[in-house]
Amino acid sequence: MTKNITEKYAELNRKKILIGLALLASLFLFSLYSLSIGGYKLALSQIYMALIGQGEASANLIIWNIRLPRIIAAIIAGISLAVSGAVMQCTLRNPLASPYTIGISHGAMFGAAFAIILFGIGGAESTGEIFINSPYLVTIFAFLGSFMAALVILLLAKLRKFTPEAMILAGIAMGSLFSAGTMVIQYFANDLQLASMVYWTFGDLGRPLWAEVGIMAIVMFISLIYFIYKRWDYNALESGEESAKSLGVNTEKTRLVSMLIASLLVSVNVAFLGIIGFVGLICPHLIRILIGGDYRFLIPISALFGAILLLVSDTIARTIISPIVLPVGILTSFMGAPLFLYLLIKMYK
Amino acid sequence: MILSVDDVEFSYQSKSVLKNVKFKVNKGEVVSILGVNGAGKSTLLKCVNRMLKPKKGAILIDNFNLNTLNSEEIARKMAYVSQSVNGNYINVFDAVLLGRKPHIKWEVSKKDLEITGNVLRLMNLEEHALRYTKELSGGELQKVVIARALVQEPQILLLDEPTNNLDLKNQMAVMKIIRDISKSQNISSIVVMHDLNLTLRFSDKFIMLKDGMIYSKGNSDVINSKNILAVYDVNAYVDNYNGIPIVVLA
Repeated sequence: MTKNITEKYAELNRKKILIGLALLASLFLFSLYSLSIGGYKLALSQIYMALIGQGEASANLIIWNIRLPRIIAAIIAGISLAVSGAVMQCTLRNPLASPYTIGISHGAMFGAAFAIILFGIGGAESTGEIFINSPYLVTIFAFLGSFMAALVILLLAKLRKFTPEAMILAGIAMGSLFSAGTMVIQYFANDLQLASMVYWTFGDLGRPLWAEVGIMAIVMFISLIYFIYKRWDYNALESGEESAKSLGVNTEKTRLVSMLIASLLVSVNVAFLGIIGFVGLICPHLIRILIGGDYRFLIPISALFGAILLLVSDTIARTIISPIVLPVGILTSFMGAPLFLYLLIKMYK
Repeated sequence: MILSVDDVEFSYQSKSVLKNVKFKVNKGEVVSILGVNGAGKSTLLKCVNRMLKPKKGAILIDNFNLNTLNSEEIARKMAYVSQSVNGNYINVFDAVLLGRKPHIKWEVSKKDLEITGNVLRLMNLEEHALRYTKELSGGELQKVVIARALVQEPQILLLDEPTNNLDLKNQMAVMKIIRDISKSQNISSIVVMHDLNLTLRFSDKFIMLKDGMIYSKGNSDVINSKNILAVYDVNAYVDNYNGIPIVVLA
């Protein structure tokens, strides 16, 4: 009988691994598909030749300079947002926790607006297209803004021994403060600056070049290793503060370090890409409903799902009314929200 | 002797909660901690587990001073069942397996799975093993949390009101499990309790706390009218039914 139940359990875990593998395969296939479509359609053979560096010049250029960095940015951002959402929901003990609930995105928005008006770096081409002529400065300020929001909350948590609930409330307060700051800047900005600020907030996966994609990848890998290393601690935290402590988890430290790393991960992504909503909130929830809340599986599978969601959204965003590219954040919400509502309705049936 | 608590004092900021608490627990004993709300029962349990650090005094477990052990070492010696248990999207097998955490290095071993399977069978939880804990009833959930404590393979089991929110049948079942395990596996249990009759039926020793101090301790004789009046401010007398003492409220 004992054998029976451990066998059944092993079987269930094998199913979860299969789901993970299926998602990985889908991600790979969809990446290929995404490489092939766009304003200039490419056949599989052309993609292959370009990838090994022997394609035609135009195919090489499109693959290596435009589509591949974009696709990889989508995958990294999807993984980063989904995983940081999962970790924040656990460490803040709140289903509403996500990079956006604790004021990170508002901080980034404030930083970007501040840089645009301070350095006068927003503008418009004679064609009417909006541009930001010093994207690095905007990125750095966006990063500072978002990370500052996170640090204030973490410092309060550390110094005043905030509970997770108080951390969420502090996050909402910080978000509101940064929003107000952004509005003040926007109020005094001219039309072009205002347009640049709004344009910046639309998440755009076409922004980063290889160097930036590299930075995002490094931060993602280090964070993932830490999160996966801590998977048992997260499972323990899910079963309650006291239970976790009695299982030998240093709950305060785990919570602080996890939040710090998750915030850093999100800040890097927001700074390079702008704001992409909803992925961090819904991916972990969807996967929790599908395979359960065991962080050994929840982290990698949410990560894969986040990557797919963002890649599919972006592929649709850049092809649906081509040559116009829609901001991907709009698509993630349009696709994610109904799916999420459907699952909630199913759950409460 | 497995546990010795010597002259322990604890206070929340300036409010003194425990004073001069001193007792010993032997292997395989079930010890109940009794007292009114706010008497310091849960605080005492948390001090024993070092979730809270006493201001003064020494706690020895298995002849080790608690302060010399790290939190994982403590978790391998002592398991704690908290007062508030909640279900979530983790299945019963995983929830119980979690108790192996202090023993797990990187990934679960065959032994971890075996122990979990055995405890699930012992606790009659096999049929629920793959259900999410949020789908369980209060009694089942309580059993899951006790099962998790057991797979920790502790020498001491600390339970904070384990019969809270349970119906009569489950109260009996849970207390019987605690007693049986203590006796069969020589694990000591320290249980915070409110129901005096349940306590009398399943415990070997009793510690009555009043205002953070031990008012009385010993075998079932300490549960008498005088002490109940002093500790709970309630008039009661103690009768005997088939050899089991029962408390009847006046």
